[in-house]
Amino acid sequence: MQNSFLMRTPSTLIFLALLAVFTIIVTALSEGLGLGLVSTSLVKTLGKTLCLGLVALSMDLVWGYAGILSLGHFAFFGMGGYMIGMWLMYERTRDIVVHSLADAPIPSTAQEISDAIGNQIFGVVGSAEFPLIWAFADSLFLQLLLVVLVPGVLALVFGWLAFRSRVAGVYLSILTQAMTLALSLYLFQNDSGLRGNNGLSGLQNLPGFSDVPQSLVSLWFLWGSALALGLGYLVAAWVVSGKFGSVLRGIRDNEARVRFLGYSVENYKLVLFTGTACMAGIAGALYYPQAGIINPAEIAPIASIYLAVWVAIGGRGRLYGAVIGAAFVSLLSSWFTGGRAPDIVLGSFALKWVDWWLIALGLSFVLVTLYAPKGIGGLFDLISNRTSPNRHGADLGPDAGALREQEANE
Amino acid sequence: MNTGRGTRLPLPSSVRKRSMTRLIFAGLALLMSCTLAFGQDAPMQAILQDQSALIVKSSRKTIAPAIASITNSGLPQAQDVLQAWQGKLMWQRKSDGVFFRGEKLDSKTYRLFDFDTGEAVGEAPKSDLKQIKPNSGIRALIGSALVQFQLSDPDPLRRLAALTSIQRDPSADLLAPLRASLAAETDADVLAKKRRAERLLTIAYDGDEPARIAAIADMSGDVGVDVRATLNPLLETQIKAFPNTPPATLNVARKLVPGDTISTDAAYAMLVDNGFAPSLISADDMRQTLAQHITDGKVGGIDVNLLDQPEARTRAYAGLVATGLAKSAPTLPEIKTAVASHSFVEIYHDPSKAVTTAAAAAMLGIDLKVGANQTFDLILDGLSLASIYFLAAIGLAITFGVMGVINMAHGEFIMMGAYTGYVVQQVVPNHTASILIAIPLAFAVTFAAGVAMERLVIRYLYNRPLETLLATFGVSIALQQLAKNIFGTQARPLTAPTWLDGAWVINDVVSISYIRIAIFVLAVAFLAIYLFIMKRTRLGLETRAVTQNPHMAASMGINPNRVNMLTFGLGSGIAGVAGVAIGLFAKVTSELGNDYIVQSFMTVVVGGVGNIWGTLWGAAMIGFLQKGIEWFNPSNTLAAQTFMIIFIIIFIQFRPRGIIALKGRAAGD
Repeated sequence: MQNSFLMRTPSTLIFLALLAVFTIIVTALSEGLGLGLVSTSLVKTLGKTLCLGLVALSMDLVWGYAGILSLGHFAFFGMGGYMIGMWLMYERTRDIVVHSLADAPIPSTAQEISDAIGNQIFGVVGSAEFPLIWAFADSLFLQLLLVVLVPGVLALVFGWLAFRSRVAGVYLSILTQAMTLALSLYLFQNDSGLRGNNGLSGLQNLPGFSDVPQSLVSLWFLWGSALALGLGYLVAAWVVSGKFGSVLRGIRDNEARVRFLGYSVENYKLVLFTGTACMAGIAGALYYPQAGIINPAEIAPIASIYLAVWVAIGGRGRLYGAVIGAAFVSLLSSWFTGGRAPDIVLGSFALKWVDWWLIALGLSFVLVTLYAPKGIGGLFDLISNRTSPNRHGADLGPDAGALREQEANE
Repeated sequence: MNTGRGTRLPLPSSVRKRSMTRLIFAGLALLMSCTLAFGQDAPMQAILQDQSALIVKSSRKTIAPAIASITNSGLPQAQDVLQAWQGKLMWQRKSDGVFFRGEKLDSKTYRLFDFDTGEAVGEAPKSDLKQIKPNSGIRALIGSALVQFQLSDPDPLRRLAALTSIQRDPSADLLAPLRASLAAETDADVLAKKRRAERLLTIAYDGDEPARIAAIADMSGDVGVDVRATLNPLLETQIKAFPNTPPATLNVARKLVPGDTISTDAAYAMLVDNGFAPSLISADDMRQTLAQHITDGKVGGIDVNLLDQPEARTRAYAGLVATGLAKSAPTLPEIKTAVASHSFVEIYHDPSKAVTTAAAAAMLGIDLKVGANQTFDLILDGLSLASIYFLAAIGLAITFGVMGVINMAHGEFIMMGAYTGYVVQQVVPNHTASILIAIPLAFAVTFAAGVAMERLVIRYLYNRPLETLLATFGVSIALQQLAKNIFGTQARPLTAPTWLDGAWVINDVVSISYIRIAIFVLAVAFLAIYLFIMKRTRLGLETRAVTQNPHMAASMGINPNRVNMLTFGLGSGIAGVAGVAIGLFAKVTSELGNDYIVQSFMTVVVGGVGNIWGTLWGAAMIGFLQKGIEWFNPSNTLAAQTFMIIFIIIFIQFRPRGIIALKGRAAGD
C-alpha cells in the first residue's frame, strides 16, 4: 500500500527528497556545525518557515481539499505555541529560581519555590498565583500532549457545533474568524492566566541545555521542523490519495451529492478539521521556541487571513503548493518589511518597500484570485505538461468551495 | 463695652453706617490687638499687625487663628484683605512691617493701597517690600473663609461659586453663614441650591439630632451624588475588638461572629493589632529565625538539609522555642480560644443611633432608585451601542444581505469615510459646516470606491463567495496600508460640532452624550432611507429582482450589471457615512475598520441575511448583550467581547439562519 501510494504520487517523493537536501545543505553551511555561511538567525528563520509550511499544509487540507475556508487555523497554531511555551517558561524560571535560592541558609520548601516561580512569571500582570491552566506546566510530557489536545479539543467542539448546524461556506469562515477574535481578545486580558499582552517570552532557551549555544539549538529545531514537515506531508499525501481524500474532494465540489450517496459529511469534515487543528498545534509548538516569544497578537484574525493568502498564492488543492506559498510569501514578506529591500526611486518620490509591501501583497493577492487561481503551484503543470479537461470554464461542482476547471488538476 | 480705651472709636465713615453689633465686634477685635499706632483709625491694619507673625510665617498648620481673626472682625474690608491675600497681592513694607495691597506698576515698582481706606498711599520699590505668598493649603483655607462673604455677594454668579466651593469642601462652620444668607436670597435658582446645600450641611454637621433626622428625611429619595456623598460617611463603620461586651455608649452597627461574618484569621489579626493577643509567626519570620540560629549545620536539633520540608521546619522551630531562642507561636487552639473570648463589633463613626438608622433607611431607598436609574442608563447605553453596530452593519446588510457579496473591505470603507471627514475638516474649519459637507462627500467617495471594486474585482467572482472573500481581503489589506502611508499611524481627530458636545443629563446617574443621540437619529434615518430605496424606488425593485433571479430579471429588460454596480455602490456609500459618524467618537486610525468588521458580519448573520429588520434585531441583540455582559464585569471589556462572540456562536446553533430567517425560494438553498 505504502509503496504503491508513493509510486502513484511522485510529487511526494520529490518533495521529501528536496526537503532532505535543503536540510542537509543548511546544516552544512550553518554556524553551529558547518562552514558558518548561514547565520544562526537565518537558520532560525528557515526553521520557522518550515513550521509555517506545515501549518499551510493543514490549511490546504481543510480549504483546498474540503472547501472549508477556516480562518482559525493560525489560532490553533498559536495554541500549540502557548502550550509548549508554558513548559519552557516554567522550567526555565524554575532553573533560575532554584539557582538563586540555593544560596539561602535554609533550603527552600517546594511551596516557596513554586511561589517564587509564580512571582517571576506573573509579576508583570500583577499576580503571583499560578492559574489552574498551568497545572501541568511542570511536566514536558503532559504539555506536549496538550500541544495536540488543546487545539484538537477546541476544533472538535467548535467543528461539532458548526458542522452539526450545517454552517458552511462563508458563514463558516466568518464564524471561525469570530472564534479567533474571541480567543485573541480573551488572551489579551491580564487575568487570562497567560500573561495578557506580554505573552510568554524567553522561549528560545531550552531548560537543561543552557550551556548549548543557540547556533546548535537552532539546528536541532531546524531538523525537528523538517522532520515534522516531512511526516506531515507524508500523512497528508497519504490521506488525500485514498478514499478519504476522494470523499473530501466530493464534499468540496458538491456536498449535497456526497450526502445523498450515504457519506456522513459532518463526520468527515469534523475529523479533518480536528486533525488539521492538531497538525497546526504541532507546527506552532515547533515555531515559537524558535521565535522566542508568543503573545496574543500572533493569534489575531489577520494572521489566519495571511495563512489563507499563502495557500492561495502557493496554489490550493495541491500540497506542495501550500508549502511553496507559505515559504515564498513569508520569506518575501520578512525581506521586504525588514528594510533590506532597495527602495524604488521614481523621480523625487522614493517608494519604500516597508510601506508599500503590504499594498503590493494585497493587490497581488487580488490578481492571483482573479487570474491565476492555481497559484505558483500551477507553474509545475507547465513542466509536467499536464492537460486539463476542457469544460469551457464551467465549475466542477455547484458548491461555493468547488474548484474551477483550470485549478482542478490534482 | 469695657475696652479700657473708651467706647467711641474713631472708625472710618463706612463702618459707622453698619449696625451696632458690628461695632461691638470691631471693638472686641481691637481689644485683642496690641497698642499700635494704627489701632484707632485703621482697625484692619491693627488686626494684621496683631497676626503679623503668623501671616509672615505662612504655615498651613498655624495660620487658622490669623484667618479667623480677619473673618470674625466684622469689618467690611475683611473680604478685600482675604482676596488680596489669596491672590498673592498682599505685601509687607520691610521698614515698619505694615501690610498693603500691592499693584504692579513695572517690574521694580509697586503702588500700595491701604487696606482700611482702600486708597492708594504711595509707590514703593520692590526691594522695600516683601510679598506674602500663601501656599495652596493656606489659599484653600482662605477660600473657605471667603465663602461666607461670597454667599451674600450681590452678584448671583459669585454666590453660585461660593455654593460650589461649599460642595467641594464642606465644613461645620459654613452652616451658620449659609443659613443666615437664606433669608436675603432673592434669586429662586440660587435659593434652591442654597436650601439643598443647607440640608446637606445639616445632615453632616448640625449638632441637633432631630434637625439632622429631618434633613435626612428631606433628602431621601434624591439620587444626587452629593446626597450619597453626605450620607455615606454617616454609614461608615469600623470593626473593633473588645475583651468582653462592648460599652453600651457605642453606636453598634452589628455584631460579628468569628468564623461566620468575620474570618477567624482576620479576627485574630485584629486582636494582634490591638495588643490583645500575641502575634502569629509567619512562614517568612520562621525561616529568618531559623536562619539566625544555625549552629554546626543544625537548627533546634534538626539537620539544616532537612528543612526543605514544612513539617521539619515546624519541629526545628519548636526546638528553638524549647531552648528559649525564639518566642512561641500561638497554636490553633490558642487562636480559637483568644478569638472566642473577645467580641467583635462593627461601630458607626457617628455616635447617634437615630441618625445612622435614618441614614441607613434613606440610603436603602436611594440605592433602590439609583439601581433603577442605572438599569435605565444601561438600556440607553445598549441602545446607543446597538445603533453604532446597526450603522456599521447597514451597508453590509445591502452588499452581503441583499446581494450576497462578502465584502471584507467593508471596514475599510468605514475607515475611508472617517478619513474623508478628517480631510474635510482640514479644509473647512467650521465644524458644523464640515460635517454637513463630509457626509455627502464620504458617501460619494466610498460610492466611487465601491463601484470601482465591483467593476474591477467582484463582478468576476459572483457565485464564488469564498473567492470574493479572499479578493476583498486583499483589497482590505492594501487599503489599510495605503491609509497608513497617507495619514500615518497616529489617530487623527474628527471633531464634532460644539452643539454635539456635552451630554443630556437627566440626573446624576442617567446621562447620554449628544453624539450618541445623533448616531441613534442617524441610524433611524438610514433605516428609513434603506426601506424607502428598497421598497419605493425603481432601483430597489430592480435590486430585489436581480437578487432573486438575475436571468429572469435580465429577460425583463433589467441590466443586472448596472443594478449590481449601483447596489454595491449604495452599500459602500452608506458604510462611508457610517464612518463619519463613528469617527466622531472613535479614534480615526487605519485600523478603524478592523474594530467593526467582525461585529458587522455578526450583526448581519445573527439577524438573518437578506432582511433589514433582522439586521436591526441583530444589532440590538449584540449591543444590549455586550453592555449587559460589561455590566457584570465593568473593568473587563475584552472579556465581554469574548463572551459575546461565544454566545453568538452558540446562538447560531439554534437559529442557523438568524433571528429573522428568509423562507421559501428567497432563502436560496
